[in-house]
Amino acid sequence: MKFDTPATDNPIDQLKIIGKPTDRVDGPLKTSGTAPYAYERHDVVPNQAYGYVVGSAIAKGQIASMDLKEAKAAPGVLAVVTAASAGMLGKGDFNTAKLLGGPEIQHYHQAVALVVAESFEQARSAAALVRVQYTRSKGNFDLAKSLDGAIKPPASFGAEADSRFGDFDAAFASAPVKLDARYTTPDHSHAMMEPHASIASWDGDKLTLWTSNQMIAWSVGDVAKTLGIPKEKVRLVSPYIGGGFGGKLFVRSDAILAALGAKAAGRPVKVALQRPLIINNTTHRPATIQRIRLGATTDGKLTAIGHESWSGDLKGGGPETAVGQTRLLYAAPNRMTAMRLAVLDLPEGNAMRAPGEAPGLMALEIAIDEMAEKLGIDPVAFRILNDTQVDPEKPERPFSQRRLNECLTMGAEKFGWKDRSPKPGLTRDGRWLVGTGVAAAFRNNINEKSAARVRLDRNGMVIVETDMTDIGTGSYTIIAQTAAEMLGVPLTQVEVRLGDSLFPVSAGSGGQWGANSSTAGVYAACMKLRTAIIDKLRFDPADAVFDKGKVRSRGKSIALAKAAASGEIVAEDLMEYGDLGQKFQQSTFGAHFVEAAVDAATGEIRIRRMLAVCAAGRILNPKAARSQVIGAMTMGAGAALMEELAVDKRFGFFVNHDLAGYEVPVHADIPSQEVIFLDEVDPTTSPMKAKGVGELGICGVAAAVANAVYHATGIRVRNYPVTLDKLIDKLPDVA
Amino acid sequence: MKSFTFERVDSPAAATMAFTRTPGARFIAGGTNLLDLMKLEIETPGHLIDVSRLGLDKIEPTSDGGVRIGAMVRNTDLAADARIRRDYGLIARALVAGASGQLRNKATTAGNLLQRTRCPYFYDTNQPCNKRKPGSGCAAIAGFSRNHAIVGASDACIATHPSDMAVAMQVLDAAVETVDAAGETRSIGLADLYRAPGNTPQLETVLAPGELITAVTLPKPIGGTHIYHKVRDRASYAFALISVGVVVQRDGSGRVALGGVGYKPWRARSADAELPRGAKAATAVLLADAKATHENAYKLPLVERTLASVLAQAKG
Repeated sequence: MKFDTPATDNPIDQLKIIGKPTDRVDGPLKTSGTAPYAYERHDVVPNQAYGYVVGSAIAKGQIASMDLKEAKAAPGVLAVVTAASAGMLGKGDFNTAKLLGGPEIQHYHQAVALVVAESFEQARSAAALVRVQYTRSKGNFDLAKSLDGAIKPPASFGAEADSRFGDFDAAFASAPVKLDARYTTPDHSHAMMEPHASIASWDGDKLTLWTSNQMIAWSVGDVAKTLGIPKEKVRLVSPYIGGGFGGKLFVRSDAILAALGAKAAGRPVKVALQRPLIINNTTHRPATIQRIRLGATTDGKLTAIGHESWSGDLKGGGPETAVGQTRLLYAAPNRMTAMRLAVLDLPEGNAMRAPGEAPGLMALEIAIDEMAEKLGIDPVAFRILNDTQVDPEKPERPFSQRRLNECLTMGAEKFGWKDRSPKPGLTRDGRWLVGTGVAAAFRNNINEKSAARVRLDRNGMVIVETDMTDIGTGSYTIIAQTAAEMLGVPLTQVEVRLGDSLFPVSAGSGGQWGANSSTAGVYAACMKLRTAIIDKLRFDPADAVFDKGKVRSRGKSIALAKAAASGEIVAEDLMEYGDLGQKFQQSTFGAHFVEAAVDAATGEIRIRRMLAVCAAGRILNPKAARSQVIGAMTMGAGAALMEELAVDKRFGFFVNHDLAGYEVPVHADIPSQEVIFLDEVDPTTSPMKAKGVGELGICGVAAAVANAVYHATGIRVRNYPVTLDKLIDKLPDVA
Repeated sequence: MKSFTFERVDSPAAATMAFTRTPGARFIAGGTNLLDLMKLEIETPGHLIDVSRLGLDKIEPTSDGGVRIGAMVRNTDLAADARIRRDYGLIARALVAGASGQLRNKATTAGNLLQRTRCPYFYDTNQPCNKRKPGSGCAAIAGFSRNHAIVGASDACIATHPSDMAVAMQVLDAAVETVDAAGETRSIGLADLYRAPGNTPQLETVLAPGELITAVTLPKPIGGTHIYHKVRDRASYAFALISVGVVVQRDGSGRVALGGVGYKPWRARSADAELPRGAKAATAVLLADAKATHENAYKLPLVERTLASVLAQAKG
């Protein structure tokens, strides 16, 4: 099915099941500990051995020699895999560095060996006996010192590195009110609960990997490419994923080393990356240095917007696209953005929840707050004043829906914004300085083609099969809701099977495209199944109604099970997209409001309440969507107040590489969170009329927190995270 | 983790005897720190002696009006004990500021005192660390040192001691009772238990090999207002950036100790004497010989400001 004209009325609009706050259909499996995660698939293949990964002790250089004698002789050891023994390996399209290093070492904790043994403990113990001699080379680990050598990167995901509109330089130079400020965001780790884990099993030349992966089809391709085998010989199974946040978009060393280990040991092998290895072995959100220049008239109209961002990555990697939202968020006749990329020898950077927008808005939405203050305009009013309903760089191109102003207005109303003092540092509650902050949330909607297969079996059960993944987001539930709505059956009559490369290729989970795209694929397949059922029953397609487990037409009513009495009816289809995404700018919007308190003596910062108002098309399941947004707000609070991979610029690695050192928020950090979704449909996105929310939720949160801290204290922190050491010298005197 | 043998003993004498038979063994109680260190091969004992069932799990009054806390009393039980809460509230408050409920259920009183630093370089066996590998150097001094020591450190090591409970005990003049392989017992003031890093940061306490802590004793209660303020970025489940424990009397006199600033809870009686004159005066004494890195210099004003806040709270 091709979606190339805006959606009209369709079966989804019945909203009998779609749009309801439905509990997760996989909830009982999760809460009872019976959802089968990759490392626990003891059932799928017998005789599993254990692999343990050895990570490089240096960031850059060569392996001079490896002595495997002791490790191979250790109790229970079945095999030791190294680059020297693994044979020719390719590199996946989505990887920057090799997943098995040697002799060249490209980053710290790059895998250099896998030890396979009968037990996990034996593998771990023997791994410590792998003796590696390295020759270190000089590396570049300091982004701030690499700005001069940074280059203009090629276009990334369709976005050029630079954009210009109007005459920014002249407009900024002549603007009566100006801001020119520099902001930094640090490297972030996904810190998902489930480590990267895989079980590999070979059957002749066919490989099956039970793994934890967001993008099945991408990863089948990259496993095949890395191992040098045809794609058809690779099966990936990833039905349950304990968090990904972009860290599992790609094949990582657990999967490749499990496959190599299984080949070497001649039996299935399971590998989970140990927690202290994950941060340097896998991907992370790259640090940015951003310069923002804003020019405005004295009555608060932006006349010039300039946003430049520098980030680093390994050679061959890409930039953190932190200026993307600035091209679209606010009106101004003169604009420039630019991204520059430095080569760093730190572990490879890549996508983490709302790549680009998350760090971009961390900077931009502080800058907007600063500009509003310079102008003496309330920051909510200032944003509303500079709204645009068209793409500011291509004014002929409207937004398909843009209700940012309503998000801001409603949020201000619900939050009690009007009582706020315009001056910072004035509200005291005992030993706490209290402030409030606001930020806009913005994240583009992306549609990806997505296929599904739907079966109606003899019992009247509807079975959906697609390689879509559920990374904790609720894919199982919204897909079940979609099929139930389309075929007029209760949720209990739908079974959803996900995350298997035997199933039709879906959009996968990433870029907040999963919900709308994957359900649209299921919609397409269900439309086809409806036609097949109608044909089978020889009903009139013009008046056939699917309702209450039956099909009705011209006074006749037949149970779905009966339609399949003589055999299962199967339909498969793919939803593809025309150019509506080019004709219209499809984006999601929101407003975050935060109240924060700062201990006037110690500078400790504690968030008191958070509110998000989101406009993101049709909300398929308000309960699951709310979970996505409050989770994202929590992640944004972490980015604001504590998350930072500490770079050791001498040895070239992230030092705090475990969950004791890399702090993410705990329950005590997160107060009352409220989420409001505007009632909205966007007929340009798909027949579902939906968009994503999982990444919108994190966009802008950290800036709202930082702005609240400023409002509480009068101290502006432009370098994340906002921690007490950056406040301590400027806080009021203590008695 | 290296393979090891394991035995469980039922008396302190049996524990120290077992150590004599197997030099290089380690005592294990809750294991909340030792097992992590063994998994990373930072600790590689060939033998573990389980001392969790020695009958040292009681909290009893002492003849001088104080209290004796068995070495194996769990952190959760100690924090919940009515006498501790009433007479030694600082300890209860420090305990619940530390770790998590699950860890406090496992962790013991003596184990808490003997836990090792959380310096990230100590935990990464690829990196230089004089405490883990004497003579290899200290990566923290010119590296990531935001959480590190500002007092009592050396050119060889700037690690901090991570315990909250120990800070409170230091304020309350606690001592540890030990027994060694010869059956000799002694009492060591908590202030004297920890060794300054100097050139031998791998030696952390004055305990002899095989010497077992059997109890912590506290002198009779001193009254006053007990406040423990643990300063951290995350509201819970994080080690202290710094912490301040005080007992303040109505007349403004009192005691103070700091956590998160050195290799042991940091206290000076001469600083206590300055407390009536305020935070600035007391801090000047406590941090007289402070030496910060550029990453942890914030701790200097933070100590004074936190102490000032705590003293203001004590006044009510």
